Amino acid sequence: MALLSFLFNTKPKSASAAKERLQIIIARERSGRSGYDFLPALHAELIAVISKYTKVNPGDITVSLDRKGDLEILDVNVVLPDAEVPATSAPARR
Amino acid sequence: MARIIVITSGKGGVGKTTSSASFATGLALRGHKTAVLDFDVGLRNLDLIMGCERRVVYDLINVISGEANLNQALIKDKHCDNLFILPASQTRDKDALSEVGVERVINDLIQMGFEYIICDSPAGIEHGAIMALTFADDAIVVTNPEVSSVRDSDRILGIIQAKSRRALNGDEPVKEHLLITRYSAKRVESGEMLSYQDVQEILRIPLIGIIPESEAVLHASNQGNPVIHLKDSDVSLAYQDVIGRFLGEETPLRFMNYEKPGLFKRLFGAK
Repeated sequence: MALLSFLFNTKPKSASAAKERLQIIIARERSGRSGYDFLPALHAELIAVISKYTKVNPGDITVSLDRKGDLEILDVNVVLPDAEVPATSAPARR
Repeated sequence: MARIIVITSGKGGVGKTTSSASFATGLALRGHKTAVLDFDVGLRNLDLIMGCERRVVYDLINVISGEANLNQALIKDKHCDNLFILPASQTRDKDALSEVGVERVINDLIQMGFEYIICDSPAGIEHGAIMALTFADDAIVVTNPEVSSVRDSDRILGIIQAKSRRALNGDEPVKEHLLITRYSAKRVESGEMLSYQDVQEILRIPLIGIIPESEAVLHASNQGNPVIHLKDSDVSLAYQDVIGRFLGEETPLRFMNYEKPGLFKRLFGAK
């Protein structure tokens, strides 16, 4: 057998396997990548805009993107502090 | 208008620095005033490939931190009068490579009349690699016909599309070019290696050239000469073609087909 493969120089043809594997993994990685990159910037800008009008804790704003089949859901959640309770640091300054 | 070109890949060892050196040299040989910047802070090697390692006094980080000015740090190439090298720092902290600092250096180079500014990216997707691609107008993505290199190239393309200044500002996107290096037409023909068509089909960006696997590359780096200077080698011709295509010339691909050696060559082993 070794002699046969030596004579006919049969090398394994593995390039097609490489191509197939790459196509699958890259398609998966691309679908996970697209769209998510703007979230941190969106988060930072939302904090800046909301802070212009009301006091808000950056931790109380969450932004997330969910994917269900073909549907993408952008979920923005802002928890405003209780208006009745004044911020604790404000009176101390005067 | 100056053009800023990043040479990047994600994966290490695919030929970024070799390509940066030859690409920059090729542009300079065509008469363009060119600067080539090493962004691999801590692991600089462009100076060795360009053969100017003993003339390094100041580096990119010295310029950014104000310890030296650009004129002091730029090293004039030993072959081309209009080619200058800005080495990376060997010792310093990577955080010293600040975005404002890099932007200032690039703007100063443009002010000095440089037509092409080549940024040799480090491997990986960390800070240095991001800084190298941030200000790019063009990206040359160096890829070997091999699974991990192709995957990493796709990854770095995603980062260019998300983090470059052009992407963040919503300007015309960075122009991407695929440069396939270490290509063995013989192994492609026998089905052992991804073909350039395969790689291009997967990455889906325009091909700017194919650099054949060659002994000339090691021979050139041993001597500190960019391989494009080895005039009769396949690799030099392939890089010259790349320069032509980059400058908008129509140059057909070569070195992508395997020519069986003739009987004479096989008998006498001539190269």
